Amino acid sequence: MITVLALASVRLYYLQVLHHQDMSELADRNRIRIRREAAPRGLVFDRRHRPLVDTRPSFDAVIVPEDADNLSATIEKLEKYLGTDGVAEKISDAEDDDRPAYDPVIVQERLTWPQVVALETHQLELPGVSLDITPARHYLYGQMAAHLLGYVGEVNKNDLLKKADYHMGDEIGKFGLERQLEPFLRGAAGGQEIEVDSVGRRLRILKEMPDTPGQSVVLTIDLDIQEAAEQAMAGKNGALVAVDPNTGEILAMVSHPAFDPDVFGGGIKAADWRALTTDPEHPLENRAIQGIYPPGSTFKIVDSIAGLEEGTLHPDTTYDCPGGMWYGGREYHCWRKQGHGDIELHNAIVRSCDVYFYNVGIKLGVDRIAKWAHILGFGEKTGIKLDNEKPGIIPSSAWKEKRYHERWYPAETLSVAIGQGYVAVTPLQLAQLAAQVASGGVRYRPHFVKMIENVDGSVAKVYQPQVENRLTLDPALMEDVKDAMCDVVNTAGGTAHKAALPGIIVCGKTGTAQVVGDKSGHGGEGQNDDKVPVQFRDHAWFIAFAPKDHPQIALACIVEHGGHGGSAAAPPIHDVLQRFFQLYPPRDTELTENGPAHRAIEKVLDADDADAAEER
Amino acid sequence: MAFGIAPDRRIILHFDWTVFVLAIGLAAIGLVSVISASYGGHRLINPLVVRQVVWIGVGIVALLLVSLFDYRALQSYAYPFYVLVIGLLIAVMIAGHATGGSRRWINLGFFHLEPSEVAKLAVVLVMVRYLREEPPKGGWGLRQLIVPALLLGVPVALVLKQPDLGTGLILVLITATLIYVSGLNTRTMAILGIAAVLIAPLSWHYLKPYQRQRLVSFINPQADPLGSGYHIIQSEIAIGSGGPQGKGFLKGTQARLNFLPEQSTDFIFAVFAEEFGLFGSITLLVLYGALIARGAWIARHSRDRFGALLAVGITAIIFWQVAINIGMATGMLPVVGITLPLVSYGGSSLIAMMIAMGLLISINTRRFLF
Repeated sequence: MITVLALASVRLYYLQVLHHQDMSELADRNRIRIRREAAPRGLVFDRRHRPLVDTRPSFDAVIVPEDADNLSATIEKLEKYLGTDGVAEKISDAEDDDRPAYDPVIVQERLTWPQVVALETHQLELPGVSLDITPARHYLYGQMAAHLLGYVGEVNKNDLLKKADYHMGDEIGKFGLERQLEPFLRGAAGGQEIEVDSVGRRLRILKEMPDTPGQSVVLTIDLDIQEAAEQAMAGKNGALVAVDPNTGEILAMVSHPAFDPDVFGGGIKAADWRALTTDPEHPLENRAIQGIYPPGSTFKIVDSIAGLEEGTLHPDTTYDCPGGMWYGGREYHCWRKQGHGDIELHNAIVRSCDVYFYNVGIKLGVDRIAKWAHILGFGEKTGIKLDNEKPGIIPSSAWKEKRYHERWYPAETLSVAIGQGYVAVTPLQLAQLAAQVASGGVRYRPHFVKMIENVDGSVAKVYQPQVENRLTLDPALMEDVKDAMCDVVNTAGGTAHKAALPGIIVCGKTGTAQVVGDKSGHGGEGQNDDKVPVQFRDHAWFIAFAPKDHPQIALACIVEHGGHGGSAAAPPIHDVLQRFFQLYPPRDTELTENGPAHRAIEKVLDADDADAAEER
Repeated sequence: MAFGIAPDRRIILHFDWTVFVLAIGLAAIGLVSVISASYGGHRLINPLVVRQVVWIGVGIVALLLVSLFDYRALQSYAYPFYVLVIGLLIAVMIAGHATGGSRRWINLGFFHLEPSEVAKLAVVLVMVRYLREEPPKGGWGLRQLIVPALLLGVPVALVLKQPDLGTGLILVLITATLIYVSGLNTRTMAILGIAAVLIAPLSWHYLKPYQRQRLVSFINPQADPLGSGYHIIQSEIAIGSGGPQGKGFLKGTQARLNFLPEQSTDFIFAVFAEEFGLFGSITLLVLYGALIARGAWIARHSRDRFGALLAVGITAIIFWQVAINIGMATGMLPVVGITLPLVSYGGSSLIAMMIAMGLLISINTRRFLF
């Protein structure tokens, strides 16, 4: 008997002392259910604190099947008032997922106002049905900046595995800044601890836990500039990026076609999702950072900087352009069949002479071009805090060896020199090139968040500009490049006079990215005739910054299948610049209205040349 | 003077207060636990509690009456009582009131009688009646045990039919204890021991599926935590979460929110341990220990062999029920439906145990009268 009692005492000690903690937890887990209430997500503002994304209450219809005396009749009525079906399926799905008894089932999220009214007025006929108020994400300007802002959605099984503090049904940023800034925007869910009995009946609230709303994000995006850019790109496929060359702040980022981020909130319908993902125009792709295109003639700026830095090129280096050149047993054309004659660097940039840059490229060799392209930020991710950024491709002999197990043929350097062939860049990288010329060679890391704010409006975190690289190029030489880019826009015969603004000196460079071209990169005839089907027309590029002295904005624009750089890609940039300088007049008023005009007179090109230049 | 009701002064003088106080104390703990087990968060007093109070009252009266009664008179009632109980067990099979899949009760209108609770006393009486004769030199042999085996076999078979594995098991254990204590031949003991070991695995085939499940769950409760393992898991959680000091009277969540099964009867120990902790559960063990020790002491000091064996039988009922019930609630033994004597809710069990306590007192008192 003593043995038995001793044994029982030992066992009791084991359970009640040694395992007291875990047993208590198990007892609490038995009786306490936590009902989570999502915190309102943080707001997103533009640089002038105008809201772009907010969170507003939305209504969900929920049903507790146990509370409905006649479930099938209730379901039938509920479906009638909601004007939907599938309520029974939702409930049986929940049962399949081992819904605990008395746990409500969400029947439909984001009810419309008539649905809310219908449920409210027929409440007595719908035992067990109630309305849940939950915060829902709302994008104030619809598709505007959709790729940058991104969207939210319900957590999936993958997220749940990786992130311990997320629960089924929680909302999570899935794309764009919603995803990148999730830790700030999310806040902390509140909720209630509810005591339940063994069958799951809710008996009383044990504890109320207040939620903590998410922090707000102030972007570097300027709503006005973004809107101007969206309008300028309306009806076009492509991208437009504007950055502040003095900080790396993104002022606008447009990628078209876009999507409506609102359709993702509250669970996207399968059909909508399929439509978005299978659309041949890839509306979900952020072309500004994910679209890679040959840079075309805009790459001549890279050649120029590389040559000037390496000393193989001087502003007065002169080559003869007879309209083409023989190299490696083949003829490489200049776009201007009759040639440019003896031409030096400035005019070679203004007139975009191919033969001149073939020679620059041959002198440099592909590896030195690649070296300077990398220094200028090509072939690498810019470091913007967005997912799936593409680095693009900058070919070199080592690259070719690795990729194709083939040696580099010197003739291939010619196509690289004019931004064709293997070269592939993103619009953001080209905007960064414009910004570097504008800033005299400083490359900032592109970023779109100015600061994070607490709920009470106090500043939690400020993002400072980050210098990625400084060119050591002689400022006078950089000024020569600037001068040339100025004349591209401001001489009567420049390739991009459509981007000129009164009173502001805009600098730029056009480019044409061949869609169907021979891989030798022969930059001959542009595929821009009206006879050519749209999908085979070239992409039009334009990069720019302004004002020439003390630049405030640098941009890049690509219009897919737009044809001429000057006629297709310069006008959107013109529109954006016009809006920009209406809002932010140049800090420096040293410029006079006759400034650019007077310069233009000096560099007048003949009419024939001007028309032809349009082709570039 | 068959019914020694005529109060002899010495009966009052030598009244065994130890057994009485222990019995009242255990019944009080039982009442507190039944209140906790039936408490739904609103009212302390409910029909269940009222009935338990009534039964405790009736039980105490029965205890006092029986303690005045000369237990030796029982010798002539042992067989008739046994036959009566067998009759009741058969009646249960025919007209019994079924709950939860087993047929255990006879509806008497004001009372649901559970004959298997009474059967324990009847079997003790009839065994003691038979075993009171001195065994041959060297102890009982197999031949002398044929009659006890038959006397045991009939009620066990009837009880298992209900099915009530717990009571069947208790009947076997009490009988074995009595035979052993009354003197068993060593050789016979060895034979019986070997036979038991051989028969045990065969009995698997006679178990009902749910009983097999319980055995499997006992070995691995987590195999089916919401099914057959549920009882053990929830009981251990209740006891463990009570901790050293307990959650306090009426504060046991496992009981109040009905996570504990059979909480006022078979798992009443878990209810008590959850609310009163290690302190309370050890106190309960000590009370039972004292009662069993006292029972053994009474047996040793009884003047006659019948009285001694009767005290052993009653003590054995207490000991085995406590050991199995607590062993089950703490997860050391598989789940079988056995009440915790004097503590569990239930009139039949409570009153039968109170009568048994009265008999113990009677045995102890009478030794001063001979």
